[in-house]
Amino acid sequence: MAIKESASSCVDPRFYPDIGDYAVIGDCRTAALVSKYGCIDWLCWPRFDSPSIFAALLDRDRGGYWKIAPAEPFSIEREYLNASNVLQTRFQTSSGTVALLDLMPVRDTTQAVMVPDHEIIRQISCTTGQVEIEIDLTPRANYGERIPPIRDFGKLGVRIENGYGVYWLRSSIPLKVKDSSVWAKTTLRAGDTLVFCFSYTENAPAVLSPLEQVPQRIDTCTQWWQSWTAKGQYEGDFRDEVMRSALALKLMIFAPSGAIIAAPTTSLPERIGGDLNWDYRYCWLRDASLTIRALIELGFWVEATSFLDWMLHATRLTQPELRILYTLYGNRPPKESESNILRGYRGSRPVRIGNAARDQVQLDVYGEVVDAAAQFAFHGGELDREMQKVLVGFGNYVVKHWDAPDQGIWEPRTGPRNHTHSRLLCWAALDRLISLNEKGKLKHIPIEQYKKQAEAIRQQIQQRAWNKKLQSYVSELDGDKVDSSLLLLSWYGFEKPDGQRMRGTYRRLRERLSTPEGLLYRSEDLTSEGTFAICSFWEVEYLALGGGTIQEARGLISTLNKYRNQLGLYGEEIDGSTGQALGNFPQAFTHVGYIGAALSLMQREKGEQQLGHRAESATPQPSHPKQDA
Amino acid sequence: MNWGSWILSGFIATLALSALLVGSQGLRLTRMNVPYLLGTIITPERERARLYGFFAHVLNGWVFSFFYIYIFEARHMVNWWFGLLIGVAHALVLLTVGMMLLPSIHPRMATERKGPTARRQLEPPGFMALNYGYRTPISIFVAHAAFGAILGSLYHLR
Repeated sequence: MAIKESASSCVDPRFYPDIGDYAVIGDCRTAALVSKYGCIDWLCWPRFDSPSIFAALLDRDRGGYWKIAPAEPFSIEREYLNASNVLQTRFQTSSGTVALLDLMPVRDTTQAVMVPDHEIIRQISCTTGQVEIEIDLTPRANYGERIPPIRDFGKLGVRIENGYGVYWLRSSIPLKVKDSSVWAKTTLRAGDTLVFCFSYTENAPAVLSPLEQVPQRIDTCTQWWQSWTAKGQYEGDFRDEVMRSALALKLMIFAPSGAIIAAPTTSLPERIGGDLNWDYRYCWLRDASLTIRALIELGFWVEATSFLDWMLHATRLTQPELRILYTLYGNRPPKESESNILRGYRGSRPVRIGNAARDQVQLDVYGEVVDAAAQFAFHGGELDREMQKVLVGFGNYVVKHWDAPDQGIWEPRTGPRNHTHSRLLCWAALDRLISLNEKGKLKHIPIEQYKKQAEAIRQQIQQRAWNKKLQSYVSELDGDKVDSSLLLLSWYGFEKPDGQRMRGTYRRLRERLSTPEGLLYRSEDLTSEGTFAICSFWEVEYLALGGGTIQEARGLISTLNKYRNQLGLYGEEIDGSTGQALGNFPQAFTHVGYIGAALSLMQREKGEQQLGHRAESATPQPSHPKQDA
Repeated sequence: MNWGSWILSGFIATLALSALLVGSQGLRLTRMNVPYLLGTIITPERERARLYGFFAHVLNGWVFSFFYIYIFEARHMVNWWFGLLIGVAHALVLLTVGMMLLPSIHPRMATERKGPTARRQLEPPGFMALNYGYRTPISIFVAHAAFGAILGSLYHLR
């Protein structure tokens, strides 16, 4: 729906667009967030986790931004060009209409042409009437800490020095360097087009884009995305939504290594004005299993294989121990620090760089990685000898450590506890290794030891994570609280979704964690933040797997569709009262959840096998004594 | 000329020069990437350009070492500081005359007068190659001084 807004509002220090008002563009190396007011408010070059050059997202007047928008009031309509990550924003003013295209060209290594290492292309065309356009590029390097020197090099463009690296801005109209900004104002008439190329280079002389090639490059990039999307194999009723989620996920895959980041931003708050602001530009292993499943079942084998390779090889320095998060190349993320400059989204301080969760212990990550490898193998992938050795190393580690307390999936910054979800994933790790061995895909494992330990974990979960009084599984052993990760008990094949225990657990989750709108908080201890989007998709999947009816699952996913932004993107959380996106944006994990939910629903509707890795479950699932149920 | 000594000392000095230039890039002192600049004369493809450029640079270093040796023989004097002096002079010529002429010689380098075109897109180096970072002249001087000093140390007059 078109919304009337003032162009000047996007650089007003007091005005922050809603988190859901952003679109994302990217090149599978980094990403930029573009507000609906035509303003690029977030950009880190050359990688997702590099320091920012635009960070108005976190501080309107200190962060830096690049605006191209009408200089008069306008209404807005936005969309991605058909099945691509090329963003089009249409501005309608009282005097005319302009269309702005934003993209980061994907590097096509098959073509022998010179292109900049990293680049944003923006093209604005007047389609009707005439519109006065304002261009304002205000760079602020290193999270707003430094105003980089700007110099006009005439026909070469405008050059912005940033220490070792250099930015070049090329434009089809003359630009003025003014007050540490690059600025222009011009009137476009129907048929007029302006193009801008903003690039960054740091390890070689820059490549400067010829502007006359821009229309062709936009077409090439759009076609690249469309041909990638065409490989998606989902044939259910939510194809547009699923493929948009896949496109968003693809933007968060770091192509050179295969790593997948949680989100391209830092410190977008989980509670407006609060301090729940974290840096998500790293790779969490806890998302591995669901992510691999989404990629494989959509047919994106290249991405799935690269991600698995990254998990098994980039983590080599710490194996058999796994950390919970890594950088794009498998290193330890930087120590968490707080920005002294950026004041945070709508005053939500602090802005954090790095993530202190790097020092936490989470035992669930072993199950995630092993389950991901099992899915890969059960879908026809080959586990080579080295991969097998690594997996057995993980299994042996689990055998020794599964009974230890850890921080658990929600990473509370309190002490370690005995989390049910972590036990579940330790069980899943051993269960999948046994399955792989029995199917001849994994050799040389101490199978009797694995079976014995898997059974011990199973008994512990069934006895100590089940609360008879609540008639529900609980978050911690011997505890009395629930959290949404318990929905995954059936996803990993530990409990049948239609069994009495899962039904009881589901009832308790709804009772304690659900909002009137049907959204779910992740934990009883975390209801002061927004509802956690992926938990609702786990709920859809639980229903689709047999915990509910097809109608219930379909009804819930349709409800959740209303919380996507205009472009089909989800954040990490949804405000339970306003429905606004909260937390880092867009969130890979949420989109993985959407894809998984839609796949399970489609498979249920078509009577197809669901969750192939789970069907291979090796250890028997005994029925529970009636008095326990 | 002591041909055997030239081949050996020229090769070692060229490797040292390459290592210093690559090292100064790795240390973020400069964006000057000589293999890439040389390779893009042959191909626009980034990875191949680096590979071709590396071999071209080694060959180039060998050829240039011949001129150093020629001076050693002509003056009948060879030691590390004399080689270093020639290296500094070489770097000075490269940074002034060489960099000024490069956009005219290089088929894929843009010029400040015309701007980039479909064929010429590489950022020109500017005076003393300062466009590639203000520490670029330092790394060029150091690398070439080392090149000359190694040649002066290793070469044996006939």
